[in-house]
Amino acid sequence: MTTQAPQETTGYAILDTAREQVLENGIGLSEAQLLEVLELPDEAIPAALELAHEVRVKHCGEDVEVEGIISIKTGGCPEDCHFCSQSGLFDSPVRGVWLDIPELVKAAKETAATGATEFCIVAAVRGPDIKLMNQIKFAIDRINEEVDINIACSLGMLTQRQVDQLAEWGVHRYNHNLETARSYFPEVVTTHSYEERLDTCNMVKAAGMELCCGALIGMGETVAQRAELASQLAALEPHEVPLNFLNPRPGTPLENQGIMDGKDALRAIAAFRLAMPRTVLRYAGGRELTLGDLGTREGLLGGINAVIVGNYLTTLGRPANADLDLLVELNMPIKELQKSL
Amino acid sequence: MSTAVTETYCGHCGEASSGEPSGVGAAPDGGTPTSDAHQSCAQRLAMEPPRYCADCRRRMKVQVTPLGWTAECSRHGKRES
Repeated sequence: MTTQAPQETTGYAILDTAREQVLENGIGLSEAQLLEVLELPDEAIPAALELAHEVRVKHCGEDVEVEGIISIKTGGCPEDCHFCSQSGLFDSPVRGVWLDIPELVKAAKETAATGATEFCIVAAVRGPDIKLMNQIKFAIDRINEEVDINIACSLGMLTQRQVDQLAEWGVHRYNHNLETARSYFPEVVTTHSYEERLDTCNMVKAAGMELCCGALIGMGETVAQRAELASQLAALEPHEVPLNFLNPRPGTPLENQGIMDGKDALRAIAAFRLAMPRTVLRYAGGRELTLGDLGTREGLLGGINAVIVGNYLTTLGRPANADLDLLVELNMPIKELQKSL
Repeated sequence: MSTAVTETYCGHCGEASSGEPSGVGAAPDGGTPTSDAHQSCAQRLAMEPPRYCADCRRRMKVQVTPLGWTAECSRHGKRES
């Protein structure tokens, strides 16, 4: 039997191509190539994850970054992101609530005690007003006085002045997700545009903050749109990509969307890593539902190199110790704090 | 931590614990719902805090933190993980 050289290794041409292109040369896969990864048969998933893990170790190292997230302002958001229980436009059981600064500082301390190096303060808003910006400034100062941890923020769309202020105040990383592919975005959000999101992302990068820009998959997008999203994220070159899987929330337009198939989720993890070999790829919301306990292990051995520890904004995650113990078992060191600002 | 099935109201959907969960139609014969009607709600409450007061079904103010949660009813006070 005549076989071509690349197929002698895995039997899947796209993975052999990826081994040379991504692993050896550090060049992420193109959108068309990513679609091939996302369409691999079930039996190819272990090989895809193994390659993604090799890519992660070679280009990012062995460390796993641990982060905690918290909502300073929950609910009552004027935007209509169809997946979000915090939109004030839907009949969701989530009530509006503000967290006071002492409780925020306490949570930062608890998060740091897990070994986490990032603490992300999130607000359910279109963008911050003066009151919220003042709260954030006060919170940053109090946390910096008492806790040794990097502070990240996620406050929606920003003006240039707000970007500059956050950078000046020492915000280490700013989160603003693309969520889904440009071609699917209007199906998910109608109160703002994809371009508005990109504008904030680009301003954050230009100001010198690390950009955290994530994805939420399983919202009814096609596999091709997942490849499109991964490619669009890669083009943006964020420092971190949190990868979320839809957890259908009561009262939202996507409440009856089925839970994403676990195998498709694993394909997506491998594909996102092969799209972005040097990016921090973080396990975020929905993994417990989509992949169960076993999925955390598979992801960490399949390209993931960061986790959100403990709970999310409105739902609960795995117990923090479960993830931390797993990192010990897998001999994966937790990334240590390097205050750069 | 409160559970959905031993209280008056389900912490997840806010319906009577002895009745059908929100979003589920009445039993075809209009009879008494099955006793495990809120089983799926109970499962969900393993992965999310309660949103409704188990005593009065008021929506509660819920704050989730990385390592816990609190849920406060204006009438019946605070519960926490």
